[in-house]
Amino acid sequence: MPFKSTVGDYQTVATLETFGFLPPFTQDEIYDQIAYIIAQGWSPLVEHVHPSNSMATYWSFWKLPFFGEKDLGVIVSELEACHRAYPDHHVRLVGYDAYTQCQGACFVVFEGR
Amino acid sequence: MSKKYDAGVKEYRDTYWTPDYVPLDTDLLACFKCTGQEGVPKEEVAAAVAAESSTGTWSTVWSELLTDLDFYKGRCYRIEDVPGDKEAFYAFIAYPLDLFEEGSITNVLTSLVGNVFGFKALRNLRLEDIRFPMAFIKTCMGPPNGIVVERDRMNKYGRPLLGCTIKPKLGLSGKNYGRVVYECLRGGLDFTKDDENINSQPFQRWQNRFEFVAEATNLAQQETGEKKGHYLNCTAATPEEMYERAEFAKELGQPIIMHDYITGGFTANTGLAKWCRKNGMLLHIHRAMHAVIDRHPKHGIHFRVLAKCLRLSGGDQLHTGTVVGKLEGDRQSTLGYIDQLRESFVPEDRSRGNFFDQDWGSMGGVFAVASGGIHVWHMPALVAIFGDDSVLQFGGGTHGHPWGSAAGAAANRVALEACVKARNAGREIEIEGRDILLEAAKHSPELAIALETWKEIKFEFDTVDKLDVN
Repeated sequence: MPFKSTVGDYQTVATLETFGFLPPFTQDEIYDQIAYIIAQGWSPLVEHVHPSNSMATYWSFWKLPFFGEKDLGVIVSELEACHRAYPDHHVRLVGYDAYTQCQGACFVVFEGR
Repeated sequence: MSKKYDAGVKEYRDTYWTPDYVPLDTDLLACFKCTGQEGVPKEEVAAAVAAESSTGTWSTVWSELLTDLDFYKGRCYRIEDVPGDKEAFYAFIAYPLDLFEEGSITNVLTSLVGNVFGFKALRNLRLEDIRFPMAFIKTCMGPPNGIVVERDRMNKYGRPLLGCTIKPKLGLSGKNYGRVVYECLRGGLDFTKDDENINSQPFQRWQNRFEFVAEATNLAQQETGEKKGHYLNCTAATPEEMYERAEFAKELGQPIIMHDYITGGFTANTGLAKWCRKNGMLLHIHRAMHAVIDRHPKHGIHFRVLAKCLRLSGGDQLHTGTVVGKLEGDRQSTLGYIDQLRESFVPEDRSRGNFFDQDWGSMGGVFAVASGGIHVWHMPALVAIFGDDSVLQFGGGTHGHPWGSAAGAAANRVALEACVKARNAGREIEIEGRDILLEAAKHSPELAIALETWKEIKFEFDTVDKLDVN
């Protein structure tokens, strides 16, 4: 009888913190998260880094935080512009909360290779 | 005018019942739920509590006249009925600030819940809440790091943190224990935890555990590219041994240690919290023995008081119960005291059991830890109840996975992220929880199996300690 086991093998995966265990977001799903960030009153911010340095505390800013920006389309085009300029970098979106001085949201939108 | 010495026994209420008193901003206020012996008037019982927890003794003594006792005495300034209870009543007592040593929670509790709890004129007594004045709060260091610093150190944003206690909780060798830590962390948890019973037993001495755990966390961090930690329990028989363990954790480069603050005691806890601030270590706090003190609805100390005391004594994470799991905890009441851990101002709200406005000023916040008998099906409710500033800990819900701890960890991480994503997208996660989890399981076999494994397990017993409402 051939060997058969119901136990699967869990392989360790390198992930990029929050939402790292979900499949890549669709355009609509990214819109939802940006809308959430804006609705919380947080400032959207785009950061990028070369994958070899992804554990660094500081990733490079793309321009400056988009303080007070309420237009979802603007944020999407900035994410895309950053990705075009640094195609091999990870690009993440941050919702920055100036009241707590903390990031209320943070997830990678484009993974570099 | 000076007073005359008049030996004998006076009624407490002559001195300590002052219904016209308006509490000062600097007073420490307390609300006790009192059940007196039959026939004793409420005012006398309440005044006795004020007296015995501050300056009074059963007899007038001559040496009282050497000082101005009116300046130092505690005063009962209000009595209220307890909704739905004919016997018990609330007594509100104001204590002048100078009754307490600066920065000493130990001293506050020794006064407020000392001899008075054994007082014969009372059948039962429960300390429901304390309003700490800002003047006292500013003398306490509070959490060594606070929520924001912990997030920055651990690089965890926009979601609750995920942890689990290593099981079996007793009996593993150091090397086997480190293996379980590694499995959980590589599978996607942020933290693992020493069980509270693990100190330094013959089967696993503390140095040995610390070394293997350090290797496990470092390896998992390297392989996953995410920050990882394990709460190394430094609770010990003596403060000297506690500090020795903390120093070694730091030497190994570990980010977080752990203490059991009620069995270890407030003095030890405050000392260790100060050490953590000085040495850049996070501090996880366990609460063994709390249910002995806080579960009886008419006697003891409510957990909201113990939670407030911990925030002042110092800790970055505190266990709060889960509401939905195997351990006791009423939802509204839990929401009330997790506010006390995390917010900078908590308004009086009887529907959440908060009896006073409590201003925390600039004191850092404490992560609420939900742990005990929870599994993936509870995830939507947990995210809704506890919000982002919490640590959700699945012990059996991680190790009990048919494929092992790593797959169990991954299942929990997928479930957590699916719930956070859905919440952010505006979905009602408590109502749509089932759909959200089943959708997420489509791309995660680990989650699909976890959902199948725990589908029937619920813990629906009524809460023993409920809020007092009609």
